[in-house]
Amino acid sequence: MTAGTTSPPRTAPAPARAPRRSGEGLAAVGFIAPALLGFAVFYFWPTLRGLWFSLTEYDFFSRPRFVGLDNYARMASDETFWNAMKVTVQYVAINIVVQTVLAVLIAVLLQRVTRSVFVRSVVVLPFLISNVVVALLFYWMLDAQIGIVNAAITGLGLDAIPFFGEQDWVVPTIALVNVWRHMGYTALLVFAGLMTIPEGLYEAGRVDGASEWRMFWSITLPLLRPVLALVLVITVTGSFQVFDTVAVTTSGGPGDASRVIQYYIFDLAFQRLEFGYAAAVSVVLFAILAVVAFVQLRLTRANESDLA
Amino acid sequence: MSVQTPVEPAAAGPTRATAAPVQKAPKDRRAGIGRVVAWATLVLIMLVTLFPFYWMLRTALSNGTQLATDPSSPLPVGFTFGAFERVLGLSTTAEAQAQGGSGAAIDFWLYLLNSLLVATLITAGQVFFGAMAAYAFARLRWPGRDLVFFVFLTALMVPPIFTQLPNFLLMRDLGLLNTYAAIVLPFFFMTPFAVFFLRQFFLGIPREVEEAAVLDGAGTVRRFFRVIAPMASGPLITLAILQYIQAWNEYFWPLLVASDRSVRVLTVGLGVFRSQTPQGTPDWAGLMAATLLAALPIVVLFAVFSRRIVDSIGFSGIK
Repeated sequence: MTAGTTSPPRTAPAPARAPRRSGEGLAAVGFIAPALLGFAVFYFWPTLRGLWFSLTEYDFFSRPRFVGLDNYARMASDETFWNAMKVTVQYVAINIVVQTVLAVLIAVLLQRVTRSVFVRSVVVLPFLISNVVVALLFYWMLDAQIGIVNAAITGLGLDAIPFFGEQDWVVPTIALVNVWRHMGYTALLVFAGLMTIPEGLYEAGRVDGASEWRMFWSITLPLLRPVLALVLVITVTGSFQVFDTVAVTTSGGPGDASRVIQYYIFDLAFQRLEFGYAAAVSVVLFAILAVVAFVQLRLTRANESDLA
Repeated sequence: MSVQTPVEPAAAGPTRATAAPVQKAPKDRRAGIGRVVAWATLVLIMLVTLFPFYWMLRTALSNGTQLATDPSSPLPVGFTFGAFERVLGLSTTAEAQAQGGSGAAIDFWLYLLNSLLVATLITAGQVFFGAMAAYAFARLRWPGRDLVFFVFLTALMVPPIFTQLPNFLLMRDLGLLNTYAAIVLPFFFMTPFAVFFLRQFFLGIPREVEEAAVLDGAGTVRRFFRVIAPMASGPLITLAILQYIQAWNEYFWPLLVASDRSVRVLTVGLGVFRSQTPQGTPDWAGLMAATLLAALPIVVLFAVFSRRIVDSIGFSGIK
């Protein structure tokens, strides 16, 4: 908060001795020292350590034992791992496709129909609520016996759907629950992109007698492409890491039907105490995310750097 | 990137507000069917968004034992504040059990306090140290600056699970498991996002502003605290709100390092509450009352700062 404006820099070490303009380098060290410390201890060092652990067998209690690439070899024939991959990819596909389509729809409506802050606030509301709350809420609403959604379905004369209880339903269900939570947020990201499209283009289109539909395909979508690609990087890498919803609702079940990759890592490390193997699986997840991000950024030709 | 400029100074509420209304209400062209359909769609989306919140409230105000008798009633079944009393520890065990509660204490107040403490500490540290680092990256000249910043940025790419496993071990080795420090420390000194977000804003402040202070003989520390930070109070608050929401909602990390009752935060507490009745019907009314109460602080924060939050989301995504 703004508390920082009045209190002295508590932890900033010695260089805070206000050197005049020439000593900026020294001052800079003081200014970034805390952040650099945090970076080194909680990002950099654990990254190296994680890589090392992935080459060991480690059960938390005895010392890690170096086993080379054994963990990676084991993964190749680990059916649970491949199943977790499959489930995660399914989840990501459903989540991303539905979420992106809905987000673009909402964003366009926000831009073309109303720009009311109130409407924008409503659609983003689910995003502010924690995954755990959202998971519990939908677990209740989708309950097979007394959930409101099934009450409505049976009210229509159809059979109740065991959303979380059946292999075929559980992944789409979890994916759609998270679509509900995230679509408004994603819509706002897209909306910000839409606001950068000059209104003049639409004026011109209108003069030419183009329909809203036509303008969407010929103006909005092409100009939105870079923003959309960027939003996709964020949402895809985010949804690969689905955990909370699974942990609260199904714990990976029924069977392994919703054991997504991150839940599997958690499972390996903390239930089966196979820490080295868990680290190896997380290295693979890391690699996948890096490739996804790289490919997507490449596609957008985002070659301008953020560096000043 | 290319989209940066228009959205630039974080949450440019006022700037955009003046720009937007000009083209607002685009002359009701062809008011016909298209517009009606568009509005209908929007209203439908808002209903889908809001209904679960209503259902949470409706269930929380129901009597737990009677809930199953009328699952689709749009109004609370057997209206009572019992569930809230149960969650807040205001009812006796017998009363709670009569309404479908487990009778076990939920320690809601403790978890709430833990969540408040942890989220506040994380936010304060992140914003304070993030601002300092952002200042060094944006406004001080030193060798290797861009390289170091690039390294910081790459940390944005590392999936949390990857660092969290070793970080868990680090906490264990330091003997910090089940302490507040374990929950707070990894986020306290920096998040790449905080540094990035503020740097972006600091870059936009004109040089001349600081030049005057330099002439008065102010050093960097003074310039930062007296000139730059006050000018950036808007973005600082925006960042604080965003990070507070995130810290409040965090589940995985506190679950790993601080699942013990004494330091348990609300998200973890809710998960435990849910799993307390693995067989048989969970206490849905109680659970919904608890989730509602757990979400309340963020909803209040949102009610106060909605414009700021809504505007800053656009900025936060367009990096």
